Amino acid sequence: MSITLIYTVVVLSAIGIIAAIILYYVSQKFMVHEDPRIDQIEEALPGANCGGCGYAGCRAFAEACVAENELSDLFCPVGGNDCMKEIAGILGLEAVQKAPKVAVLRCNGTCDHRPKTNAFDGAKSCASASALYSGETGCAFGCLGYGDCVDVCDFDALHMNPATGLPEVDDEKCTACGACVDACPKDLFELRKKMPKDRKIYVACRNEDKGAAAKKSCEVACIGCNKCFKVCPFDAITMENNLAFIDSDKCKLCRKCVPVCPTGSIIEVNFPPRKIKTGQVAEPTSAGSDTTDKA
Amino acid sequence: MLKTFKMGGVHPAENKLSAGKAIEKLPLPTTVSIPVAQHIGAPATVVVKRGDEVKVGTVIAQSSGFVSTNIHSSVSGKVKKIDDVMDSSGYRKKAIIIDVAGDEWEQGIDTSDTLIKETHLNAKEINAKILAAGIVGLGGATFPTHVKLSPPPGMTAEVLLINGVECEPYLTSDHRLMLEKGAEIIAGTKLLMKSLGVNKAVIGIENNKPDAITRMQDLTANEPEISVQPLKVKYPQGGEKQLIKAVTGKEVPSGALPIAVGAVVNNVGTAFAVYEAVMKNKPLVERVVTVTGKSVKEPSNLMVRIGTPVTDLVEAAGGMPEDTGKVISGGPMMGRAITTLEVPVTKGTSGILLIRDEEAKRNEVEPCIRCGKCVTVCPMGLEPYLLMTMSEKKLWERSEDRHVMDCIECGSCSFTCPSNRPLLDYIRLGKGTVSKLIRARKSQN
Repeated sequence: MSITLIYTVVVLSAIGIIAAIILYYVSQKFMVHEDPRIDQIEEALPGANCGGCGYAGCRAFAEACVAENELSDLFCPVGGNDCMKEIAGILGLEAVQKAPKVAVLRCNGTCDHRPKTNAFDGAKSCASASALYSGETGCAFGCLGYGDCVDVCDFDALHMNPATGLPEVDDEKCTACGACVDACPKDLFELRKKMPKDRKIYVACRNEDKGAAAKKSCEVACIGCNKCFKVCPFDAITMENNLAFIDSDKCKLCRKCVPVCPTGSIIEVNFPPRKIKTGQVAEPTSAGSDTTDKA
Repeated sequence: MLKTFKMGGVHPAENKLSAGKAIEKLPLPTTVSIPVAQHIGAPATVVVKRGDEVKVGTVIAQSSGFVSTNIHSSVSGKVKKIDDVMDSSGYRKKAIIIDVAGDEWEQGIDTSDTLIKETHLNAKEINAKILAAGIVGLGGATFPTHVKLSPPPGMTAEVLLINGVECEPYLTSDHRLMLEKGAEIIAGTKLLMKSLGVNKAVIGIENNKPDAITRMQDLTANEPEISVQPLKVKYPQGGEKQLIKAVTGKEVPSGALPIAVGAVVNNVGTAFAVYEAVMKNKPLVERVVTVTGKSVKEPSNLMVRIGTPVTDLVEAAGGMPEDTGKVISGGPMMGRAITTLEVPVTKGTSGILLIRDEEAKRNEVEPCIRCGKCVTVCPMGLEPYLLMTMSEKKLWERSEDRHVMDCIECGSCSFTCPSNRPLLDYIRLGKGTVSKLIRARKSQN
């Protein structure tokens, strides 16, 4: 064996050993002690990285959970109560139970209810259109229909309905992450408490115009007439800027406000059909109008 | 020698159809709706109530801050109501609606045509009169004029530029004003010079208005302090920063105001309004509006009372042509499409343009081919294709770093793009969002 080969092997081994010692020393010196619970929590989280919790992603949320002493301000809307319970178990803290929520679109201005007055052929984006003008209809508060909300939904829970021109929320898939709430330039989405049997009553309108102007631009606009406000037995309805709002925490789903609304801007979902009172004739409206005509 | 700005610019077809039409007075409308926010800054505070009798020139809304200005009644009659009306943005804004009865002016307003050149007023008094008369920049940006005339501490004006460029196609209101009210504009220029304390003024006019150049040169022959600078025809030369570059060769730094290089720019229409306010006590209650379009029967330049519905203007120009596809308030490059003809004329309305259906459509958007034309034509030296992409991808911080706020929204990039990309639409969105972010940051500190 030549002497060169021996030298080579010895020198290379020496360099390798020195490098290994340096690496070991450096890794010890600069080691970051990371709480192992962060990994555990990240494991427990759904991993959607949707940002619905207000943090940059699931990892950031996990870090925030470990840093806090209580979990009252932290909630993962996608994972829900079960997930938060698991996190609380890891951290040995009290889990705060929150009612699950779901997004609703506070506009019912379909093509039939809210006819188009002009056509927009600029950039097909709600944000861009709303920065330029009020929209293709007379209502300056309603849905623009270019689907910015659909684009941001990570859970496939939002779809445009081509017939109505409005987005529709799939309650099964919606995790209430709030991405659509941020994306809508007209602020039309609201996260409402999930009610039993997925029932919902809400004012599907954001129009703040006075009654006549609102009604002129959209048939189903809230005209701020106060009728629902007066009829509500639970103080769940508030009136502001010619617009009614139903608080989902106070609402008991009694449905009294729905029939009194003269424009039909209050929407009820997943309720059984209303019973017709006994003794009343079928088609009460036409019968009634007949009698008035005779009188 | 013709001067121009160096960087970027385009040359759209001029179409100055109404250039030969003298300014006509539009008959009084039956009702006017006068918005309380017709200027950049805080809306004015309403000082009249329903049923009040007003005359032409009565203050109906008072300035509510430094960057704000008075609003005057443009007609005499009774206040019908104070309500929200649709403005050119399509949103409803607060306005004062007045039923017109006759044409009675406030006392002290001189409505005659006599030219008054001499004044004993000092700079402070001139500025006070401009403030009281509610004068704003009539070029379209509607920046309150008294603010421009009060340079921030430590900065002094050296030169006054009078903007007679009118680089937007179709519009001819400034052109006609220079031909017909040239002497008044010169008098107004002198008042502005006195107010600013400068001894040099330059009137910039594009070379496609040779009659206006000759007229202004004749009028300034005996005025050594005021000169007329003919300019090459190039859009957007009427932009403040472009005009300063063209005339003085100085460049306004990014984010700074023209006063940073010692310049103050005012439109010829503003100079005329200043003359009327100071010498005739006449507040800003009317302005020249060009009503034009290729199918319009009689393209015209009309002297219109503020608050007149656009319908009246279109009627005066021979009615709405059947092939109208779009109605634009302002010029074709920077104007805004309006959705109803009930929109009132405001202090910033320089023209009403009826575009034919076939020309009103946008072409199909195709992918960016990286030809760099938008970069070449951008007069502010920006990269429009990049700013658009950043807006699409919501990269607001990065677009701020790339000076999105410098965009003057001239639309040269969208005009020149061979792929018909909506560059300006997205840059506007970026500008809006970034300015919100900047405001939020300032309020935090």
